[in-house]
Amino acid sequence: MLTMRFLRLIEGRGILFLAVLAALAIFVSVGNLLVPPGSPFHVSTGAVVLLGKYLCYAMLAIALDLAWGYCGILSLGHGAFFALGGYAMGMYLMRQIGTRGVYAHPILPDFMVFLNWTELPVAWWGFQSFPYAMLMVLLVPGLLAFVFGWLAFRSRVTGVYLSIITQALTYALFLAFFRNDMGFGGNNGLTDFKDILGFNVQAQGTRVTLFLITCLMLALTFILARFVVASTYGKVLIAIRDAESRTRFLGYRVEHHKLVVFTLSAMIAGVAGALYVPQVGIINPSEFSPTNSIEAVVWVAFGGRGTLVGAALGAFVVNYLKTIFTTGWLAVYWLFALGGLFVLVTLAMPRGLIGLWEDIRLRLKRRPPAEAPAELHP
Amino acid sequence: MSAVTQAILYLDGVSVSFDGFKALRSLSLNLEQGEMRAIIGPNGAGKTTMMDVITGKTRADEGDVLFDRGAIDLTRYDEAAIAELGIGRKFQKPTVFESQSVADNVLLALKGARGPFSAWFGARNRIARETIDQHLAKVRLIQHRDRLAGDLSHGQKQWLEIAMLLAQDPKLLLVDEPVAGMTDAETEATAELLREINRDHSIIVVEHDMGFVRALDCKVTCLHEGSVLAEGTIDAVAGDPRVIEVYLGR
Repeated sequence: MLTMRFLRLIEGRGILFLAVLAALAIFVSVGNLLVPPGSPFHVSTGAVVLLGKYLCYAMLAIALDLAWGYCGILSLGHGAFFALGGYAMGMYLMRQIGTRGVYAHPILPDFMVFLNWTELPVAWWGFQSFPYAMLMVLLVPGLLAFVFGWLAFRSRVTGVYLSIITQALTYALFLAFFRNDMGFGGNNGLTDFKDILGFNVQAQGTRVTLFLITCLMLALTFILARFVVASTYGKVLIAIRDAESRTRFLGYRVEHHKLVVFTLSAMIAGVAGALYVPQVGIINPSEFSPTNSIEAVVWVAFGGRGTLVGAALGAFVVNYLKTIFTTGWLAVYWLFALGGLFVLVTLAMPRGLIGLWEDIRLRLKRRPPAEAPAELHP
Repeated sequence: MSAVTQAILYLDGVSVSFDGFKALRSLSLNLEQGEMRAIIGPNGAGKTTMMDVITGKTRADEGDVLFDRGAIDLTRYDEAAIAELGIGRKFQKPTVFESQSVADNVLLALKGARGPFSAWFGARNRIARETIDQHLAKVRLIQHRDRLAGDLSHGQKQWLEIAMLLAQDPKLLLVDEPVAGMTDAETEATAELLREINRDHSIIVVEHDMGFVRALDCKVTCLHEGSVLAEGTIDAVAGDPRVIEVYLGR
């Protein structure tokens, strides 16, 4: 049975995750569009955008968990792939502005007119087309990860050295995108978006639709990731993570396996970035900031790496805490809280929230003494 | 090149040095098709380095390392390629994938396509349970198939690694200290297992346990300071005064 196979692929925890996601999608869209303001069940448009942002981060966390949690590739530069996907989407949105810009140029975005440019740079060609832009959302991060990974994994750069060069990668892009002559809007980035596929990005209906699409894409990404890790490929990835040289002596081309998972992970991160930009309404070089990538690692570690659901949960919880801590009088303590959280996770719960939950469940289960080791006799 | 040798493995004048330390000095060794060979020697004699050279982990500074009747020059390949050519290796310290089940360890080792896409949705997902169990039965781990490999005893891990070697179905097996940490009964069973495997595979066994080496009942080579000190039957080698001086006498 196909359904049975699907359910087994997703696992109990995954089914719970998808159910919660579906409930969130319904609750938020109904709460925003149908429940009148003033009712306790009303969800403000601001909250819709905020939740949508968390879900994009959850998607980035799942991408990172595939590479780090399963294959041991600790990328400290995944924010770069997220930002590149975001820029590809941003470029599409910029080209949709047309004559409604401040300078009303039919083709050139405002910042180019401001810089006295007369022609559209080659990198921007084709971005007026939505399908082309979506292709670039996948291809640009994917290609960068492929070339970078090919060079790094072939030379057997691993562990902390790999982490450092991924960090350098995102920092290099961070500096490059700040430059006006790169042609991506310099430090202001891309903003003042008007339409997406003809719909006003500021409109309430568009915002809820974008939120629902994000829910759907997160669910699909999760299913794809489960499909990867539940296959024998997932076992190979774990083998590489736990004993890389042993895997090589079995005849596996470790560099090829790493390259596939790293590229796939970067593409998922790109999609997350592309969903993020129309919801928050801006993309600028700060998205490449090295701290963003490090924060993503904290989400995954906090939720529990190598679990997928944990990564998504970690992204959601840490960002919710961040929202609380960075508004009002608590704002000054946010970095302390983040650092403290990281120390706490490393010392007290190395397997994250999911690991903690499993330990508690195991302890509750063990209390009844008569429990035969049923698995030993097939 | 095929005229050079009929041996499955042919090492001639192989030297390796690390920062001036000569781990192998012009080592020569021939292993015939279907032969089992025991390698003994004191620590630092170059046993593990020899294995590293054969499996592509370490490059030889000079000398020939030929495989399969001289048809393949092993110095030109890396670890994964050499494994695919048909040389399997069991490490001194048992190295199994601890966080995965015993059956999955064998599944990963089994001969067949090893590309990412074969593992993702290709052939490696359609391996029959019986194929895995057949290898586990040989090493008496069948009743442990669903346990985590990390939960096995030291001796069981050694056997699991041998099962993984068998699953690879290599032409040549390199087995480094298979009975370290085993009880006498386990040691005996391992010797029997290796003799059985030897019926259709060539094997090199590195071991310190002389009782075990005797039980293997095969030709013995004693290495010392990176080259061959003595070679022959166990009695001839064990009786060699130089072997007694550098190795057995201590």
